Amino acid sequence: MIAAPGLWRRVWKNKAVVVGGALLLLIVFIALAAPWIAPYDPYGQDLANRNVPPFWYEQGSWLHPLGTDPLGRDYMSRLFYGARISLLIGISVAIISGLIGTTMGMLAGYFGGKTDMLVSFMVTTRLSMPVILVALATVALVGGSLWVVIMVLGLLKWDRFAVVMRSATQQVRSLDYVAAAQAAGASTARVLLGEVLPNVMPHLIVVATLEAASAILLEAALSFLGLGVQPPLPSWGLMISEAKSYMFFSFWLIALPGAALAILIFAINLAGDGLRDLLAPEGRA
Amino acid sequence: MGGYILKRLGLAIAVALAVSMIAFLLLRLSGDPAIAIAGEGARSEDIELIRKTYGFDRPLPVQYVEWLGRTLRGDFGESIYFKTAAAPLIFAKLETTMVLGLLSLAFALAISIPLGVMAAVYRNSWIDRLCLALAVLGQALPNFFFALLLIMLFSISLRWLPVSGSGTWQHFVMPTIALGYYAAPAFMRLIRAGMIEVLEADYIRTARAKGLPAGKVIFKHALRNAVVPVVALAAVQLGFLLGGSVVIETIFALDGLGYLAYQSITFKDFPVMQSIVLLLSVIYVVLTLASDIANAWLDPRIRVA
Repeated sequence: MIAAPGLWRRVWKNKAVVVGGALLLLIVFIALAAPWIAPYDPYGQDLANRNVPPFWYEQGSWLHPLGTDPLGRDYMSRLFYGARISLLIGISVAIISGLIGTTMGMLAGYFGGKTDMLVSFMVTTRLSMPVILVALATVALVGGSLWVVIMVLGLLKWDRFAVVMRSATQQVRSLDYVAAAQAAGASTARVLLGEVLPNVMPHLIVVATLEAASAILLEAALSFLGLGVQPPLPSWGLMISEAKSYMFFSFWLIALPGAALAILIFAINLAGDGLRDLLAPEGRA
Repeated sequence: MGGYILKRLGLAIAVALAVSMIAFLLLRLSGDPAIAIAGEGARSEDIELIRKTYGFDRPLPVQYVEWLGRTLRGDFGESIYFKTAAAPLIFAKLETTMVLGLLSLAFALAISIPLGVMAAVYRNSWIDRLCLALAVLGQALPNFFFALLLIMLFSISLRWLPVSGSGTWQHFVMPTIALGYYAAPAFMRLIRAGMIEVLEADYIRTARAKGLPAGKVIFKHALRNAVVPVVALAAVQLGFLLGGSVVIETIFALDGLGYLAYQSITFKDFPVMQSIVLLLSVIYVVLTLASDIANAWLDPRIRVA
């Protein structure tokens, strides 16, 4: 199904996927290669060189191409390492919430009846609690760290997976090959994993990309408020928060991590929207 | 219709109860409230005394039922930080947040309706693509970062608006834009999709064939029908906006429920924190209930489902 003939040509013709994908690959490369391409140690402070502006400013220099932060840490290095945090958050949260939401959605869509009612009720309940507020409260109670943020967001953001997987499974459930597998005596787990899952995979991929983007934004907001990833980790949201009081004189201190976040989210959303057109066009809103 | 409303009401009450249980457990399971109230460096006798006074030593279900009973009677407990009753504190801030939420909603609709209509009328043209690009870009910009950009522009460069605080209408301008622009893309997509569908309907062709001016056809005949699903989304989005107010109100130090929520979280003021989570969730439940009923009224097909 995935390797349909002409798929690559269709991918190539879909500008959103090409542009978004290319940007995303670039950011993934930066994140993976950070130890080799970052000019400095992202934690190394140089108090003699604080708030050095980027090279395009008059006082800027090529020694620190994107300047330094209020503690004299090289900004380019911190931005490069920050990509690791954002991507780690996006991927981990999408995996955790994806596992929870997909399991719930597939069970609801496959069995229907009471199971479906229970899952729908859980989704409705979850949706009525504001994510950011519950996440903030939980982080405040448990203490902020990268893994706490990942776990909290992972346990909160399964709702869209459940909703989409439920309706996708409902559509697939009554198809001939599922009935054939049931008739052949396959166990429920086998039917779900072997027959249903591969066929709802396109929907899963699309939801996963969009949820990863939303998780990255939420982490940035939590870290910005001081209740997410803790210093000295170079989370982009945290970097904006740390530079907030300097923004009037050193605007680039907030502009660079802000732009980095916007480019990453833009790339993921663009690729996700494009993938939706390619893989699951009937699901378009 | 009556049966549908009753069924939907029952679901809303069940959801509200489930939310109350989660709000209750969230705080009870994540740490010892007695230690939190006693503060750092408290002696173990003091903690034990607090545990007894507040009844933390009794079984959880008993504590939950008692807490729920008090909450329903409007007693939200005592604020640990502000040392006053939590309920009046919270309800005093509710108005600001409601005003902000409604203003943001109005702002989002004010930009998304014209853009959505234009994108649909000039479908696949550069106007359509520009609107789509705006929507995608809008969703990519973190709202707290956008808020800081607004401060740089309106407060620092132009000196038109106060950086933070509350009290005058000027204090609401930037928070409204920062919160509202985030809800706009969803409306725009919905209006665009709805308009495209409606513009292809027979009665629009008839209206056009009668020789009615294009503007009249679009706004009087088409938009009126395309806007129906927007009503449902508006209620849901208002709920999201109230949640999002935590970040925006904190940045602008706008003295509403969101800012109070942030303060209560940083001060570990559990009763206030818990009550705000519960209150915002219940408001969301009521909003979705209202939107479902409004939808059933507007579209009779839903009632049977």
